[in-house]
Amino acid sequence: MAKTFTRLMVATLLGAGVSLASLVARADPAPDMNNWDAVVKQANGQTVYWYAWGGEPRINDYIAWAGGQVQERYGVTVKQVKLADTANAVSKVVSEKAAGKTDGGAVDMIWINGENFAAMKRNDLLFGPWVEQTPNFKYVDVTGKPTTVNDFTVPTDGLEAPWGMAQLSFFYDTARVKTPPQSAKELLAWLQNHPGRFTYPQPPDYMGSSFLKQVLSELVADPAVLQKPADQADAQKVLAPLWTYLAKLQPVLWREGKAYPANGAALRAMMADNEIDIGFSFSAAEVSAAIANFELPDTVRSFVFKGGTLGNTNFVAIPFNASAKAGAVVLADFLMSPQAQLRKQNPEIWGSFTVLDMDKIPAADRKAFDALDLGVATLSPAEMGNVLPEPHPSWMELVESEWQKRYGVAQ
Amino acid sequence: MLRFAPVLTVILMVGPVLAGLSGTLLPAFGYLPALGGGEWSLAAWRELAAQPGLVISLRLSAVTGLLATLISFVVVMLFCAAWQGTRVFSAIQRVLSPILSIPHAAAAFGLAFLIAPAGWIVRLFAPLAGWDQPPDIVTLQDGGGLALVAGLVIKEIPFLFLMTLGALQQANAGQSQQVALSLGYGRVAGWLKTVLPRIYPQIRLPLFAVLAYSASVVDVAMILGPTTPAPLAVRILHWLSDPDLSMRFMASAASLLQLALVGGQIMLWMAGEKIAGSCGRRWAEGGGRYRRDGVVRLTVAVVSILAAGLILAGIAALAVWSIAGFWRYPDLLPGQFTLKLWLREVAAFAGSLGNSVLIGGAAIMIGIVLVIACLEREGRQLAQPGRGAMWLIYLPLLMPQISFMFGLQVFFGYLGLERTFISVVMAHLVFVLPYMFLSLADPFRSLDERYRHTSLCLGAHPNRVFWQVILPLLTRPVLTALAVGFAVSIGQYLPTLLIGAGRFATITTDAVALAAGNDRRMIGIYGLLQALLPFAGFGLAMLVPAICFRKRRGMRDGL
Repeated sequence: MAKTFTRLMVATLLGAGVSLASLVARADPAPDMNNWDAVVKQANGQTVYWYAWGGEPRINDYIAWAGGQVQERYGVTVKQVKLADTANAVSKVVSEKAAGKTDGGAVDMIWINGENFAAMKRNDLLFGPWVEQTPNFKYVDVTGKPTTVNDFTVPTDGLEAPWGMAQLSFFYDTARVKTPPQSAKELLAWLQNHPGRFTYPQPPDYMGSSFLKQVLSELVADPAVLQKPADQADAQKVLAPLWTYLAKLQPVLWREGKAYPANGAALRAMMADNEIDIGFSFSAAEVSAAIANFELPDTVRSFVFKGGTLGNTNFVAIPFNASAKAGAVVLADFLMSPQAQLRKQNPEIWGSFTVLDMDKIPAADRKAFDALDLGVATLSPAEMGNVLPEPHPSWMELVESEWQKRYGVAQ
Repeated sequence: MLRFAPVLTVILMVGPVLAGLSGTLLPAFGYLPALGGGEWSLAAWRELAAQPGLVISLRLSAVTGLLATLISFVVVMLFCAAWQGTRVFSAIQRVLSPILSIPHAAAAFGLAFLIAPAGWIVRLFAPLAGWDQPPDIVTLQDGGGLALVAGLVIKEIPFLFLMTLGALQQANAGQSQQVALSLGYGRVAGWLKTVLPRIYPQIRLPLFAVLAYSASVVDVAMILGPTTPAPLAVRILHWLSDPDLSMRFMASAASLLQLALVGGQIMLWMAGEKIAGSCGRRWAEGGGRYRRDGVVRLTVAVVSILAAGLILAGIAALAVWSIAGFWRYPDLLPGQFTLKLWLREVAAFAGSLGNSVLIGGAAIMIGIVLVIACLEREGRQLAQPGRGAMWLIYLPLLMPQISFMFGLQVFFGYLGLERTFISVVMAHLVFVLPYMFLSLADPFRSLDERYRHTSLCLGAHPNRVFWQVILPLLTRPVLTALAVGFAVSIGQYLPTLLIGAGRFATITTDAVALAAGNDRRMIGIYGLLQALLPFAGFGLAMLVPAICFRKRRGMRDGL
């Protein structure tokens, strides 16, 4: 039946004069990671489909640039598949596994976050280990920036390559707020005096969940508990301070917590419209870029909490059934190179902080990093202050589902 | 060859729906071996029932769907009743196609720019009311879903109107109305009593399509609908893409629930038809003339113009945002204008524009061949398809997309056709075919049979009759059907993304991805592009006959 059906379909399409049938992907043998020259040779001529969040034109431009570079150097073509939600890429890999497609998959590389990484690692959906055998990995600051090998406390085990540092930072309009609050507690007090002038994106949006984790990390009695899976602790007790805090915060939120912005980027638009006075993001340079892009008034500035804010690392990973594994490895290696990292940290290009260790990279590159002008509204790495570690993903799942029960049905 | 056309068309339309549906049915009852589901169970349903706010989501989908359909239906019927045969009526007919061609998402973004608390409407009144901050009121994404209803209504009114126009032509509505008027009935009452009962059966299926669409729409609901909680279809999409892969089972169960919801609504509507029918009969037989209907006529004209005006103003808002520099609240216009973003994006959207045109072009070429073949066979056989066939044509439109797209993706995978150009075109074809068929069927069937008979009597082969007589006479409707199909193809988001595995970036997939970045300038640029493509299609459909037939007066105004 299925065969007849296929034949019928194909006949129609050919009959209608469509000759644009694309080639069926060929199986790609796993690259030999101990022989870099062989990897590079295998990569030549491959096309890497990189599934990445596509919401930010600056980032899309950077990805296009990186693609051009690896094309020139290694003959690897990069095509960005722009997603509204990274989880769609994970779905894709899952549905392929469901269809028994262990080879020639659609996704060659994913820009992935800790929660998705943990899920894919747990379900054996990743290719590797491969990261530590790449030439540029030796420059990565694995000791000074431990999150480059521990994604949300889950060891990366060489299954994903770090390509940028992220740290939660807040922003405010100096024309409207004189002294911004310095902690979650102060934020609550400030909001009680300025009701409706702050909000967070609706969990399970990444930024919204991150805000909840920030509050949790500040209020928890023993922060070490959050580094272990939630089932190893008395979760109710650990989370109690968060719910007490939210009980006070919700009524003074924008729209009294009956509606939420969809994502972190929405906070910028609300700031520009004078709907809120304080917002936050995971990219310290976002504010400067948004001012240059006419998205924010030029009186907006960044700040962080005194006790520190959550920090993590951005990664790229390769699915187990990727069609162009060698090409993806070569691309990932390029993304970790000093040249690519320098361009990424440039606030006029993107403004995402490097994962590299300044003491390890060649002196000329170090000089170039030092010479970067970070922009008016951007805090320097030194000003970013304390980095709080991300809790284990199980906490995020717990907080999200509990939040959904308490506030997700606000009617 | 012609003999196989109807079968082939039905297979291409219904096959993917059924295949996709089975891919949803199995996991809903626990079967999805890749994720460790090898045993039948009801666990997914239990998990679904335990979801917080599930009842609210269901109620939201049901109420917004019914409300949007009911309002659109009432407005269109009253408008036709009040204004058919007048100059206002033909004026509205003219702006119809362009409005209809604007994809739902672009119209929804436009509406959002207007009615947001810091939107254009508030900005108009802000200086007078002294709102130096946007008012803290919920206009968008309100808990009751009213903004969502508004967004659906402004897009469904033109669709239903177009469907009604076709029916009116067949029913000789003008004559009935004349008779009713001469008997002393008011315009509205006369139309409702004499014309409505005859045209209703023909717009019934389009109404069900509107009902199904409104209750299961994803993109419009994400832009205008509430989020605490969201309507069911939006939540299903989130569950389907949750990194917790076991959610797949629950999402499949929810997809079936969505299907049941749409089915239930259609049955509810049918029950309503029965009641309205018997009440209406008594009312019609009562003989009331209702001569003074000036208020009704005026109100319905205002509402219709408002609906069209909101869409056009929304598109204007998209255009202004796309070239806005920093735009401070409550300024009515941006402080400065800039083409910077357009210039930057040209390189980025060129490829997607090409893909949109290629996929849409291939889909409508296959579609038009099949549709014309079906109709031509019908013409030669002198047999019209029964009601069952019409239900088949509407099946893809009555089925919530979300209920079968994931399953279809797996199915194409089995065939080894996933993420190929062919499979994306096939997925588009599922939705393009019904609309093209609906668009072309009426003009084709109402073509005077005597043209065919005369030609045949003169000894021409049926094929020659088709190529030299029928097809040239139908140039205009064929081009319109192509434009309709193209517009439908441009608007497809889920099929392009899921079946194409993201390999085929189109203007619409780019628009949705960039909307996640929430930069209103980018939304403006891509929303505008989304609206312009189909618009260009309709422009061509009007221009080509105008040029071809410039020396043939009888062909100039269509048939």
